[in-house]
Amino acid sequence: MCRLALKTANEPFSPYEVLEAMEAMKEGYDGSGLGLLLRGLEFEDFKYNPRFPILSGIAENKKSWKRLDQFMEERGYELKYDHKFHMDRSHMDGKDRYRYFLRAYRMPEEFQGKAMEDREGELMQTRLALRKDGEAHGGDLSVFSFWPDVAMIKEVGWPLQVGNLLSLHDGQIKSRVCMAQGRQNTNYGINLYACHPFFVQGISTMTNGENTAFVPIRDWLLGRPFEGYMGYQSDSEVFTHILHYTLKQLKLPLQAYKHVITPLSLKELEAHPQGDFLRGLRNACKRLIIDGPNAVIGTLPDETCLLVMDHKKLRPSTVGGREGVWAIASEMCGVDAMIPDRDPSLDFQPMREHTVIIPPDRKEFEIWSQFDQFPLSLAA
Amino acid sequence: MVPIRSVPIEPGSLTYHDLPWIIEHREDRCTLCGQCTSVCPKECLHLTYRRQRMPNLDVLSSKRGSEYRTFVGIRQKTDMTHSCIGCGMCAMVCPNEAITPTLNTVENRTLFLNNQKGEAYKRGGRRNTSGPTLLDRIMFDRISMLTDPALDAGRHEFTVSTTLGRILSPEEYLKRKANGGWIPPTREIFPFVIGSMSFGALSPNMWLGLLQGVAYCNEVLGIPVVMCTGEGGCPPWVLKSPYLKYIILQIASGYFGWDEIIRAIPEMQCNPAAIEIKYGQGAKPGDGGLLMWYKVSELIARLRGVPEGVDLPSPPVHQTLYSIEESVMKMIQTLSMAFDHKVPVYPKISASTSAKSVLNNLVRNPYAGGLLIDGIDGGTGAAYNVSMDATGHPVASNVRECYLDLAAQGMQNEVPIYAAGGVGQNGNVAQNGMALVMLGASAVHIGKYIMQATAGCLGNEQNRCNVCNVGICPKGITSQNIKLYRRLDPDKVAQRVAETFMAIQTDVKKIMAPLGRSQSLPIGMSDAIGINDKDAADRLQIKYVC
Ligand code: SF4
Ligand code: SF4
Ligand code: SF4
Repeated sequence: MCRLALKTANEPFSPYEVLEAMEAMKEGYDGSGLGLLLRGLEFEDFKYNPRFPILSGIAENKKSWKRLDQFMEERGYELKYDHKFHMDRSHMDGKDRYRYFLRAYRMPEEFQGKAMEDREGELMQTRLALRKDGEAHGGDLSVFSFWPDVAMIKEVGWPLQVGNLLSLHDGQIKSRVCMAQGRQNTNYGINLYACHPFFVQGISTMTNGENTAFVPIRDWLLGRPFEGYMGYQSDSEVFTHILHYTLKQLKLPLQAYKHVITPLSLKELEAHPQGDFLRGLRNACKRLIIDGPNAVIGTLPDETCLLVMDHKKLRPSTVGGREGVWAIASEMCGVDAMIPDRDPSLDFQPMREHTVIIPPDRKEFEIWSQFDQFPLSLAA
Repeated sequence: MVPIRSVPIEPGSLTYHDLPWIIEHREDRCTLCGQCTSVCPKECLHLTYRRQRMPNLDVLSSKRGSEYRTFVGIRQKTDMTHSCIGCGMCAMVCPNEAITPTLNTVENRTLFLNNQKGEAYKRGGRRNTSGPTLLDRIMFDRISMLTDPALDAGRHEFTVSTTLGRILSPEEYLKRKANGGWIPPTREIFPFVIGSMSFGALSPNMWLGLLQGVAYCNEVLGIPVVMCTGEGGCPPWVLKSPYLKYIILQIASGYFGWDEIIRAIPEMQCNPAAIEIKYGQGAKPGDGGLLMWYKVSELIARLRGVPEGVDLPSPPVHQTLYSIEESVMKMIQTLSMAFDHKVPVYPKISASTSAKSVLNNLVRNPYAGGLLIDGIDGGTGAAYNVSMDATGHPVASNVRECYLDLAAQGMQNEVPIYAAGGVGQNGNVAQNGMALVMLGASAVHIGKYIMQATAGCLGNEQNRCNVCNVGICPKGITSQNIKLYRRLDPDKVAQRVAETFMAIQTDVKKIMAPLGRSQSLPIGMSDAIGINDKDAADRLQIKYVC
């Protein structure tokens, strides 16, 4: 059982706050790994321009570090900022990593005026090429994300231990969105790429629970002509890719995600105002129906945050907060830890039909039900 | 030695222990009521007069010697025409447990003689192989336990239906929806379909019972079962009834019954569930349907538009002016058009090493609503024994191959694969069916199992009974002789259909629940299955477990 926490606030905050929430939810996971995603970044020692993509990952040794440097240079990227974590190696209990890196780059000249799609494609290609390079060299280089305004950290161990190792409490990095997952070892082996959150082209999700429909979904995604649908060290990675597929490939609104992963039954669709469209969507996307129990928590490039449950809803999650700052966690005590000064009676636990959306303005969260009218002109 | 002419021996002479089934009859229990002899479909029992020696054992008398008594006994005939088929009807009707057939485990010499008058051996049933099938040996071994609990099959909500018909890729669906394009018709059905058994092969009572049962499943139990007509059309009252929506109409190379169907189209209250175009059948690949003259009754002749009492062999292929690929394409398109593109149309082929190329043809045909692959273990009402036993391809690896081929193109389930042939051969119908689903089938068709489960068909893979072809079915399932089929009460068949599908549904849930699946049928969930045979595991690309 994994523990999940997400905080989103108008004022950037330290990721350590989220790690403390993870500590509050400590019972129930074994600390085999931590994944952290920060979005809306602020660095103490650098005025970061959020247009610069940030490459996040780990170089295990000098050689891979050099290769990385060389690769990026040859590809035409100009290094703008190289964040150095203040390392406290006494907290390290696994193997000694050479370098955790967050590096901001300026995109190669030829991409400056290009369409968004091309730029996004290039960022992904670069990330995948580096990942492949690391894998070809015995895993001496891991790359978790390469995207503007996004940083990712993944490590084996307890959340606070990892936080202390990288001195995340020192205020060097802050962000407006931070999500973390503490992972219990499932049967897919410990591998850094298996740590949630998962990331593809700015879209990121994390999940607790097990997705028993993993293999058929994975097989189908692997058949798409899109290189980003790869990896699958964890059964939860498909949630991220389905969200990406729904938003970027099918170009459907966020609300459609729920209809893809847990469609309403045919009987329920009969009574739905857009039953006909949704019935067809259910059919066409049948191969993407998940089988939980899962709570999926994610963020989008515009800092929208979301929470959806699987149909069985055996994994409740809570969302709570106040205007300007919101938290989502797999346990109530996680929300308490992140935003103690809120009115807990206004907390919400979504039911199976709900998608909770916290829009970028963070004024209030929306509860969208699958039974509601679907916001798409096409479907009308 | 006696002169040779006084012993009645011919090259084809047999004695009772040369026969496939040996009748054991107990004189001490028999009351000579004659029920066994009258029920025997092969007329192989006859009354005989026997003489028995009664030794005179009166010790006080000096008189010695034997006395004789004459009695009437029951014996089996030993000629080929009347050799016992082991159906067991005699035992079933005997009030005194005085008679029973037993399988001849020493030697069955009729195997050398079942070519009388130059006719090769024909029969009904399935390939005669016994023991656990490959499907029986597949285990569902991915149990949700530690991180997540398995589900409760009794209380949880399960979606166990599947899609009949072509599925578009999500991109294509949205594109067509946006510009008003044609969305191929689909049906949401129960993944166990009553496979094609024709009105003609089956007796009217059997057919009626099935249809009643199917309607009950849909309308009362909420289990969306559909059944396929097989070649030979459909009674006009059914075509014009609201029950047509539970029926897949089959068209085969003989086109029997299609005059009636086409004529009925304007009067149809609803569309049929689908159209199945039969190109091949697992039990007799390369052969058309075969309805032997015994079964072409007045009713059947009228339905099929043929004279009474003639053999009705369908040609092995559809008559065509085109190349076969073109003909398949045109036929699918034509039938789709006949029903206004509102009914899924899919072909049925016999499992074969060439199935993949058929599939790839269908992938490119936008009107193809799926592919039914019928394996060598499928049953039939009539076929040559050699076809049944030795011609064809097992279904499991064929379905798996096709699924993986589609997966490699990112198109799995777009052309859904339906599997048939040997599902439930040893009674494990839900287990066999779900194993095929996890190998990649979207649904399975069951025929023989349905006859066995709902009407008490006596056939098995030791060649018990299997006389479905000659119209003497002792259960009245596959006979057009009213004396025989009135033995079968359609209401009781309907009740058995309902019971059978209720139980299959529960079993399916019992399989899905421990795997943690409830939201959709686990098509292609190959991580959930294993088999204790390394070669089979490699071939099917599933786990080897031991
Ligand atoms: S088993 Fe069947 S065929 Fe054999 S004697 Fe009995 S009734 Fe006749
Ligand atoms: S049915 Fe039984 S009792 Fe009657 S004649 Fe046959 S063997 Fe004898
Ligand atoms: S009982 Fe009827 S249907 Fe069954 S094998 Fe015998 S003849 Fe065929």
